[in-house]
Amino acid sequence: HGPYQPHEPGYGLDQPGYSPYEDEIPDPQARMLAIKNAKAYLLKTSTKSGLNLYDHFANLLTKILDEQPTNTVDIIEDISKDVKWAQFRKKMDTLRDEHLILPTFEAAEKCKALFVKEVGEEEHEELDEEMGRPSLPNVMETAFYFEQAGIGLDKDESYYIFLSLKNLINVQPIQTCRFWGKILGLEMNYIIAEVQLHEGEGGEEEEAGEEEEETAAEEEKEMGEDEEEGEEKEKEAEPPKSTYKPPPEVPKEENGTGTNKYIYFVCNEPGKPWVKLPPVTPAQIVCARKIKKFFTGRLDAPVVSFPPFPGNEANYLRAQIARISAGTHVSPTGFYQFANEDEEEDEGDAYEENPEFEPPPVVEMVESLASWAHHVKGILKQGRCFWINPFQKSEENEEEDEEEEDREEEEEQQEERGLPLLTLISEDEGMKNIPAWTAEASTNLIPQYSVAILQSNRWPGAYAFATGRKFDNIYFGWGHKYSPESHTPALPPPAQAEYPSGPAITETVDPTVEEEMAFRIAQEEALAGEEEEGEEEEVEDD
Amino acid sequence: MEALSLPAALALVAGGGAGLSPERRAALGASLPLLQRDYRFERVWFWGCIQGLRGSYYIAEGLGPNRAAPRSRLYSLNCLDWSLLTPATKEMLALAEQLKGRFQGDPSFEYSLAEINAEAAAKLTESGREPVIKEEARLIATIEQIDREVGIVPRGAFVKTPLGSVHENRHFEGLSLLDAKKLSSYFHFTEPVNLKNKTLQEKADLDPSTDFLDSLEHDIPRGSWSIQLEKGGTVVVVRSLLWLGLTFYHVPMTKQFGYVYFGTGEKNLDLPFML
Repeated sequence: HGPYQPHEPGYGLDQPGYSPYEDEIPDPQARMLAIKNAKAYLLKTSTKSGLNLYDHFANLLTKILDEQPTNTVDIIEDISKDVKWAQFRKKMDTLRDEHLILPTFEAAEKCKALFVKEVGEEEHEELDEEMGRPSLPNVMETAFYFEQAGIGLDKDESYYIFLSLKNLINVQPIQTCRFWGKILGLEMNYIIAEVQLHEGEGGEEEEAGEEEEETAAEEEKEMGEDEEEGEEKEKEAEPPKSTYKPPPEVPKEENGTGTNKYIYFVCNEPGKPWVKLPPVTPAQIVCARKIKKFFTGRLDAPVVSFPPFPGNEANYLRAQIARISAGTHVSPTGFYQFANEDEEEDEGDAYEENPEFEPPPVVEMVESLASWAHHVKGILKQGRCFWINPFQKSEENEEEDEEEEDREEEEEQQEERGLPLLTLISEDEGMKNIPAWTAEASTNLIPQYSVAILQSNRWPGAYAFATGRKFDNIYFGWGHKYSPESHTPALPPPAQAEYPSGPAITETVDPTVEEEMAFRIAQEEALAGEEEEGEEEEVEDD
Repeated sequence: MEALSLPAALALVAGGGAGLSPERRAALGASLPLLQRDYRFERVWFWGCIQGLRGSYYIAEGLGPNRAAPRSRLYSLNCLDWSLLTPATKEMLALAEQLKGRFQGDPSFEYSLAEINAEAAAKLTESGREPVIKEEARLIATIEQIDREVGIVPRGAFVKTPLGSVHENRHFEGLSLLDAKKLSSYFHFTEPVNLKNKTLQEKADLDPSTDFLDSLEHDIPRGSWSIQLEKGGTVVVVRSLLWLGLTFYHVPMTKQFGYVYFGTGEKNLDLPFML
């Protein structure tokens, strides 16, 4: 492409002695000088960073030729930056960095601790055989069946949970134990185990509760005495006392029955210690139905809501667990039967396995929802599984007669009847046009080994599987119920009336002068008439 | 999530309990490479699964040379046979926002507009079409909304070239553990909305090749993202609370990241009450 023909301009200029720069570089010696000057320029140290361009280019090219990345020209700037970074770090290396103890390593320590088999475990095993083996559930087997439906945690995590459950059983006096599920939270998640303790062991909670009640009653009595003394001392006018008597508290259900049938232990991650959740009270369930809050992951976090939730996050979690269990724990129909044949009414809470259960084929379990039944009693509107009349308890109170008057005034609460225990799930109501449950088989390609899977639409995240005699329920989700409409928070109650209005305090218009004169005349006439007839007057107010 | 790293990625996302059965995984492993071959995509992402009442939709996205260009979306009911979805139009988006409730699981199901929004129904009948929306349109609109509102990538993972096209950053080594816990290290992978509203000081610190997207810091409402370290602190999992079911994972100091949606396809409008 250069000028080749003698008539083209610039022909011959590339010969030495004829280039356009001849006057600038007269001889080869000078070219060497120019190169030296250029190199000296490149070797000039930067005043800011102490690097020089020559060394930098040398390092850059060395790195590129060593690593030989593809399409180097596209990332050359990044490589240059990296080389400069490396320089910087090396120079500051007189002090050694302390090894960062990442939280990763701590967590790994905890997980490793799970694998350690205790020395005393053999003794434990002997004890267990005497008391009746607590059944450690086969978490991996359940995880396998749920995995066929695409539900479940990673295998590693399932195994860690398996080991943590084993630790839990060794520590607590547990009769039966089950992996209930996982509830997600904002900062941390909850792993939940459903257990039944040996009889008599759960009594610690009750005793502690009773002691609290006694001390509270004593405190109230003391307060009452103080108030009376105060009244005697100061007879000044006090603001009117509130006549509001809160409705009597619905007592919570005993441990081992109804909503408190099982005890729940939670932990944030497998490897962390298990914490026992307190039993749930009906007030907490009633309030939990009205609010919808995310869990933060800390059990002592307050639940800020309206209506104010009576408790902290541990109570809210327990209430949601109770609702989810009551709503979504199902088993194949006929697997459980009532313990006492006569107790098919609401009173029955005891069920036992039916030895004559014939598992229906998977196809039938998928197609007909009548082949599944709830085995947890539903929760009534009161917040309990078994209805109780809260006014009956108030007989024990030593209050004045006001209580009895109130009882007569307030309406009798309607006794609530819920569905009996082993109801078929085909009777669950759907919401609008969404059925309460969705059933499907895990695979259509290999029907002989498929598993029947149930998904709840009312509590998204609740699943159940059944195949042959094996079945289980599990929950993975955020812990909230599904509602087709948006959640509307409860409105604040109307402002309380200050005082009852009656004729004694209603304002009336003052009588005018004429009215007063007329009144006086009428009074005199009436007086005159009274002497005659001796009747009582009637005062007329205008 | 990248189709090639699907098994490892699904293991990292499984903390929420949702995943795929072995049958579906195997089917995806076979059908996604075929998708790449047939449609000549450069990258294929498994977007996730929207659960309907009677069946689930499995969604895949295909990307061309410019990763920020509108992506082609495909859906399948069984992870084997994929159908291309048309791009979303504004009209579809507006109509789909009116629809509430679960997906039915049948792409030809028709929602009757007359019940929901009489005006829109009237408009449609005037223009000669029936006042119904097909579930397929709702699906397209939902996927578009989810991608726009909560599809996220780590900072530095993508670079914008001077010509305007976006590529993966081959020099991305992963976020450090400290950076990975901050909301400002993640960007929405969609057209930026409030990039220009930053102060001059902030703009001076930005690197225009990597900071060309909105970060999650200023999302409204505050607190609509939950960042957690899972698996003993080795994976950072970011979950969206606005669209429950969207899970993003990233292993710090490595190039692994991705997001997937396993859920019912409904926006969580109760979010302000729940925080």
